[in-house]
Amino acid sequence: MTIFAMIREVSFPSVSNPAQRLQPKHTVVSDLAVRCQRLKKSYGSVVAVNGLSLDVHRGECFGLLGPNGAGKTTTIEILEGLLTPDEGDVEVLGLRWQRDERELRQRLGIQLQETQFTDKLTVEETIRLFRSFYDRGRTVDELLALVELESKRSSWVVKLSGGQKQRLSVACALVGDPDMLFLDEPSTGLDPQSRRQLWAILQRFRAGGGTILLTTHYMDEAEVLCDRVAVVDHGTVIALDTPKALITSLGAPKTIVHEGTLEDVFMTLTGRHLRDE
Amino acid sequence: MPVARSLPRRGARPALLELTLARLREFVREPEALFWTFFFPMIMSVAMALAFPSRGALPVRVGLAPGDSELRRALAADPGVSVRDLMPGEELRALRDGSVHVIVVPGTPPTYRFDPSRDESRAARLVVDNVLKRAAGRPDPWSAREDAVQIAGSRYVDWLIPGILCLGIMNNGMWSIGFMTVQARLRRLLKRLAASPMRKRDYLLAQILARLALLAPEVAVPLVFGVLAFGMPINGSIADIAIVSLVGALVFGAFGLLVGSRVRTIEGINGLMNLSTLPMWVLSGVFFSASNFPSFVQPVIKVLPLTAFVDAMRAVVLEGQSLGAIRVELLMLVSWGVACFAIALRLFKWR
Repeated sequence: MTIFAMIREVSFPSVSNPAQRLQPKHTVVSDLAVRCQRLKKSYGSVVAVNGLSLDVHRGECFGLLGPNGAGKTTTIEILEGLLTPDEGDVEVLGLRWQRDERELRQRLGIQLQETQFTDKLTVEETIRLFRSFYDRGRTVDELLALVELESKRSSWVVKLSGGQKQRLSVACALVGDPDMLFLDEPSTGLDPQSRRQLWAILQRFRAGGGTILLTTHYMDEAEVLCDRVAVVDHGTVIALDTPKALITSLGAPKTIVHEGTLEDVFMTLTGRHLRDE
Repeated sequence: MPVARSLPRRGARPALLELTLARLREFVREPEALFWTFFFPMIMSVAMALAFPSRGALPVRVGLAPGDSELRRALAADPGVSVRDLMPGEELRALRDGSVHVIVVPGTPPTYRFDPSRDESRAARLVVDNVLKRAAGRPDPWSAREDAVQIAGSRYVDWLIPGILCLGIMNNGMWSIGFMTVQARLRRLLKRLAASPMRKRDYLLAQILARLALLAPEVAVPLVFGVLAFGMPINGSIADIAIVSLVGALVFGAFGLLVGSRVRTIEGINGLMNLSTLPMWVLSGVFFSASNFPSFVQPVIKVLPLTAFVDAMRAVVLEGQSLGAIRVELLMLVSWGVACFAIALRLFKWR
């Protein structure tokens, strides 16, 4: 065990380290998939991210929770190398965007919010197109099977349901056989069946040793999928732990009669007033 | 993920090819795009040929103010003149809307009323003057022998079709690339592509390459139509025509990319497209010769890419000129293309 891992064991005693449970895919120097420190990003006078720091371990599923406008998307887009932070330091898979962009792009799978693929291309054509960008990866058939879109292989994208579109989007993120997936609100707007189907795909990816960082509004999704979650508000992390530990930390059932959920934690931490973008 | 990591490039085609194919598929699956590309030039040629038939064949239109039946008889006897009797008060309107070219007011001598700034009015005045003086008994010292020839290739429609062909290539290139790029940006597809390892240059090149794949039919349709419907001659070699078309298509593809490089709304791209193409519709000599414009505008007209394109195309199609003879135009086009692509590559926004 590296010194760093030992230190981490001490600082996060409640976390059962998923990277230890699973075989890592690569022999690695650092066992962090993401390390970011004191990120800052402003748009004019609006501060979107304000000194945010977090680490994601290899092989874990990490959730970013937070109300609208909390800075989740800005944060994940900085980590994806789509935005440059005003300040702060980012390392992904031990690499840096300024220096190793080509390698990083090859090794990451990314799903953005609300990407609309070309209407009049078929599912197969869309996957084939994305496949052509990667030096290595899965075949179109494997991917279609993985996201259960075989029957829609020859359908135009415009004819797909919301859930099918989202699965196509996941297929395009998985196309290069990535070490890590970034997903920005992957299940927003999906019906319960589609969400569960999506969760199953992500759990399979995890089981294969992949690392996931996702943002979500859904507490149940975070509870099911995530090893650890960070609650983000006003551009900083206001809580970070396993879902279970966070629920326990709310304190005894003296305030809550039913068994606590992550949703209770969320509302307690971020308040009950409505957020506008 | 499970199983062993897959082999490199298993069955995958190069990204540039896939991107080009994707763009082509998108195009051919859009019926409207097909219509505008192939039928629009034909409709335009027919409409223009009907509106502007070869001049000289038609009689001059003369308006006659009431009063003198002798004048009327003399004018009506000439096949080159068509006479119309005008009501008092109607004269100026008839001149203004072009239904008559010159008005003859009886008197001794008669008065010719016309607008000397109009070519057809000046011509009509000469015809009328000649007819009336001859009728009044003017002796002609001699009559020249007239040798009426019709040179295929010198008619308006022959001149027009290569122009419309170039206009089509400009329009299709700029709109299809500029518009589709903005749409992909709006749909956040560009951002998604930028998040993949795709080489950005490949995407931009593919947009232009996809245009080239459609170029052959796009050039052939108006030319074949011109030959079949109007007997237009094609004096240049097919290879030269192909090369000029190719250069033009690349230039306007790059221009379209530049125009669409940062725009984020459909309204924005509409406006910017019109702003950049309309001056060329008017100035570049597609429908009438650019030499009609005053001399101080000429330097501007000369450097417009569509002017160079149209001039080069006409020289090859109608005059059968070699590529060497149009090297200035080709050089100008290539400069435009390289500059537009280089600037577009710099300005291009993926989000």
